[in-house]
Amino acid sequence: MAVTRESVGDPNSFRARGLLARDLLRGDLEGLELERLVEESILTTTLEKAVDWARSNSLFPATFGLACCAIEMMSIVAARVDVARFGFEAFRASPRQADLLILSGRVSIKMAPVVRRIYDQMLEPKWAIAMGACSSSMGVFNNYAIVPADKFMPVDVHVPGCPPRPEALMHGILKLRKMIQDDPDLSWRERYGAVGTEEVIEVPAESAGA
Amino acid sequence: MPDQVGLELIAAALGEAIPGSVLDTEYFRGEASLQVEPGAIRPVLAELRESHGFRALMSVHGVDYYPHEPRLGVHYQLLDMVRVERIAVKLRVPLDAASVESVTPDWPTANHQEREVYDMFGVEFEGHPDLRRILMPEDYEGHPQRRDFPLGGEPVLFTHNDATSPGWTR
Amino acid sequence: MSTRTDYRRMEDSITLAPLEEQVAAGRAGPNAELLTLNIGPHHPATHGVLRLLVTLEGEVVRDIKPIIGYVHTGIEKTAEDKAYWKVIPVIERMDYLSYYFNAMAFCGAVETLLECEVPKRAQYLRVIHLELNRIMSHLVWLGTSALDLGAMSMFWYCFREREMILDLFEQSSGQRMHTRYFQVGGVMEDIPAGFEAKLREFIAIMPTRVDQYNDLLKRNEILLQRLRNTCTLDEESLLALGVTGPLLRAAGNPWDLRKAAPYSSYEDFEFKIPVGTVGDNYDRYAVRVAEMKESVKIIEQALDGLPEGPHITTDRKVALPPRHELATSMEALIHHFKLVTEGFRVPPGEIYYPIESPRGELGCFVRSDGSAKPARVHMRDPSFVNLQATGPMTRGSYIADLIATLAMLDPILGGIDR
Repeated sequence: MAVTRESVGDPNSFRARGLLARDLLRGDLEGLELERLVEESILTTTLEKAVDWARSNSLFPATFGLACCAIEMMSIVAARVDVARFGFEAFRASPRQADLLILSGRVSIKMAPVVRRIYDQMLEPKWAIAMGACSSSMGVFNNYAIVPADKFMPVDVHVPGCPPRPEALMHGILKLRKMIQDDPDLSWRERYGAVGTEEVIEVPAESAGA
Repeated sequence: MPDQVGLELIAAALGEAIPGSVLDTEYFRGEASLQVEPGAIRPVLAELRESHGFRALMSVHGVDYYPHEPRLGVHYQLLDMVRVERIAVKLRVPLDAASVESVTPDWPTANHQEREVYDMFGVEFEGHPDLRRILMPEDYEGHPQRRDFPLGGEPVLFTHNDATSPGWTR
Repeated sequence: MSTRTDYRRMEDSITLAPLEEQVAAGRAGPNAELLTLNIGPHHPATHGVLRLLVTLEGEVVRDIKPIIGYVHTGIEKTAEDKAYWKVIPVIERMDYLSYYFNAMAFCGAVETLLECEVPKRAQYLRVIHLELNRIMSHLVWLGTSALDLGAMSMFWYCFREREMILDLFEQSSGQRMHTRYFQVGGVMEDIPAGFEAKLREFIAIMPTRVDQYNDLLKRNEILLQRLRNTCTLDEESLLALGVTGPLLRAAGNPWDLRKAAPYSSYEDFEFKIPVGTVGDNYDRYAVRVAEMKESVKIIEQALDGLPEGPHITTDRKVALPPRHELATSMEALIHHFKLVTEGFRVPPGEIYYPIESPRGELGCFVRSDGSAKPARVHMRDPSFVNLQATGPMTRGSYIADLIATLAMLDPILGGIDR
């Protein structure tokens, strides 16, 4: 009885892949075909990439609502535009536990040093989103009382709008997630060319018994 | 709203009780207002509360009448909840003598509002328990809502002026 | 074997009686220490960037000093620089949860100065949007306050309704928040087809939802313990402090500008004013929840009685002409040009226009000097004045009650700081 080998037309078809898998299990697959199949079907990656993927998918935003944009930021936690789909619903009140600062609202000159302090208290790696027109540029109020966020802290993503729709903020956060996955320069000093600008304050040596 | 006649009667009664206090009356678009002598504001408000029933002070705010002198004005908006009537008491002080007696001891609601007038216009309220800046930082210089104070603002960074602006991001 | 272990017996033997005596006597003992704690401006419970310097004796609050100004935006000064039409978006962003009210106060003041009549249909449309905004503001208040007190699910439920209301706003004006819908002389555009149907759906479902929220919370033991008889302040002190709105109504005074001095056709509608009895935090909660249901009634009456007519004043010197007229009428073109470039001029005068916002009396003072830009705009914000009541309310209560009181006070820092 002759064995007729039917060639499978499309190499990506389900049937073709099933045949490849059968050959792999029998140990009949070798060489280039084997390598290609392994690359396609088994998730291999470097440790860095895995960590970046995990880090970008589990950002903890800090609860930092300043003004009207804060209400729309609350909307992304609400059920319609659900930020928990992406894993970002854990808003941390303490900056020590947060790694994303969403500056939602207008930053007044009285608040700017406070914001900077909170940003400094966050641990590396940390990112910042300037949400809304007021924090990105001056927004509607171009006057004596407002400071744009770029003036005193490094901002990674600016989300325009007054206030931006929750979907727009979500788009901004997802863009940031993509940025983190692609280019995870973890220290803000590296990202903004500020390496070497750390301020070292000399502390006088403590006397014994103090 | 007391009508025109009512307003004149109130002004006359005040003029008798506290001579020299009422400088002018105005009835504009259904709203009654009295122009009073700055030194007499506290007795005037007390008299309005006792004898005319305006028991609630709703708002204390400042106005800058630049370029008309006297330049700074403070307005007190009073409300009679029983008869639903409002009356505005206005006073004007010049810039070099911008000092008014505080009504906070009689009307606790004026506390923060007088601080705001001080912060924004520079009118000092004598007898105020805690006259500090309320909206601007404590060490801010200048009184922002005066008409000759500049509006301020920053140039917005676009790609075309990013390189020439003072180096924010680099 | 006894279920009372030694540890349990030791726990039960500790009482707070000696401390309670000291607290009741109103004095700190000679060795008691007063701790000054800084709450805010970045704090999960301060409802915005409010900073409180709290002087504590143990857990009892002895004094409170609120420090504000952390979101001061110079709105009033910015408004002096813009034409009257362009002030509306700026002034809307003041009290950012009740943006229609900010615009209403300002437009009302300018309309009084201009002696411009608002058509009846526009007044009814304004009432519909104002009451929708009132419900939305109370929903956000309820969601965030319940979050503060620990009832976290309320947040999601309230925001679900809020999304329905924002859909309605988006349908009528294109924006969810800060819609610039109210213009001087009326409203920007007539409501589109489909708005009425969607609004009726909302009206049909909202009272049931409010009842559901109430059922979740009103007999909850934890909520009752935290809100009942805490931080009571009597009506006299509230009036002396200038407090208005739901806080005053919770203390028993039925002062509501919608009934006392009706504006924008509120006298055409039949609704009740919920009033509390004791003036504690629970009454403040109950008054606002009841107000939501009353607002639904007002909206229904306004929608049923919506008259035909123009949606903005026909005075072309104040309101833009409809676009189709620009193709045929030269005057319309000239009016449009003048209004857009320079804006309308308002005769000189000063006016104070108060309305009832979800937080109390919102008054707008406008001084015009005859030009196209206002010479002074001041908003008498209710939260700014109500904040002064925080001290008297919380003196002598625990710090947990302070958090509950802040929640029930409903401060909006955008309005406080302007």
